[in-house]
Amino acid sequence: MGLLDRNIQKGGIVISKLDDLINWARLSSMWPMAFGTACCAIEFMGAQSTPYDLDRFGIVPFASPRQADVMIVAGTVTFKMADRVRRLYEQMAEPRYVVSMGSCSNCGGPYWEHGYHVVKGVDRIIPVDVYVPGCPPRPEALIGGLLKLQEKIRQETIVAPKAIEKLLEKKAKVA
Amino acid sequence: MNFEQILTHIKTSLGEGVILSTDENASPKAIIIHAENLVEVMGFLQKDNQLYFDSLSCITGLDNGSEANTMEMIYNLYSIPFDHHLMVKVELSREKPAIDSLCGLWKTADWQEREVYDMYGIHINNHPDLRRILMPADWEGFPLRKDYQEQEYYRGIKVEY
Repeated sequence: MGLLDRNIQKGGIVISKLDDLINWARLSSMWPMAFGTACCAIEFMGAQSTPYDLDRFGIVPFASPRQADVMIVAGTVTFKMADRVRRLYEQMAEPRYVVSMGSCSNCGGPYWEHGYHVVKGVDRIIPVDVYVPGCPPRPEALIGGLLKLQEKIRQETIVAPKAIEKLLEKKAKVA
Repeated sequence: MNFEQILTHIKTSLGEGVILSTDENASPKAIIIHAENLVEVMGFLQKDNQLYFDSLSCITGLDNGSEANTMEMIYNLYSIPFDHHLMVKVELSREKPAIDSLCGLWKTADWQEREVYDMYGIHINNHPDLRRILMPADWEGFPLRKDYQEQEYYRGIKVEY
C-alpha cells in the first residue's frame, strides 16, 4: 500500500472504487478461526510463529466463529467431527471463506480406502474456496493458499453478488 | 516369577482345570481360560500376594473370522511391584459374543471394554456404562469385524470415497 500511504501523507484524496476498498479491507484482515482437527493444525500453528509470521498478512487467529472470517480446516475430519465443523461454519458471519488444508480434508488422504470413520473431503459438508495440498502442507504452502484466497477476494464485487445469484437460481430450480 | 511359576501357582491355587491351554508364542506368554471363570481368575490374579497383577495394561478384541467362527478377548496384565507380565485370553462364540465386565476389579477396564464393544460388538455383561466410545452413537455396525460393511450414508454424508 505504498502508493496509498504517500498520497495520504501529501494530504491528497484517494479515489477508488467501493468494491476495491471493501475487498482490500477484507483481504487484509482475514481472521481465521483458531481450531484444528488433526496434525495439520501443527503446521497451521507453525505458520503463525515468528519465522513465517502470518500476522504480516493481517491474519490473526480468533477463537470464536462469530468474529472469524476464514475457516482453515486443518486436518482429518471424522464423521463424529463433521457435525461440529458444519455447525462452526454456520456460526460464522458472512462473508466467510473456507481453506481446506492437507490431503485429509481435501479428499480423505491416507484414509480414502479403509478409513470408514473419515469424511472423504470436507467439501462434502461445507463449501471450500481454496484447497492446500500436502500431508501435512508446509507453512509456505498454507501461506500460498491464503494468498490464493486473497486473490479470490480481490475479484469479488458487490455489484454482482454471485452467491445470492446462485441461491436464487437454486430456489428457482426447486420451485 | 516366570511364566512356569505363575502357571503352577494358578494351578495349585485354583485347580488344574481352570487353565484350558497356554500360548507360549504370545508376548507376554498367555493362558487361555473359560469365559465363565474370567472374573474369578482375574480377581485371584489381581489380589494374590505372590502375583499381584495390579495393572490391567490393555484389553484387545479379536475377530477370527467366519471360518473359525470365534472371537477373542485378550487381557494384558502387569504387576508393578513384581515386574512380571501375563496375557489372558478368552474365546467367545461369534454369534452372540458376551463377556463379564472387569470394571469391579480395575477401573481402567471401563473405557477399554467400551472400545472393544464399539469396534467388535462384544457385549460386556454388568458394564456400568456400555456406550460407543470412538464412533458416533448412531453409527451402524462394528468396524473391526471381519465381515464389516460400512454404511452408504452417515447423516446425509456419503461414506465411501
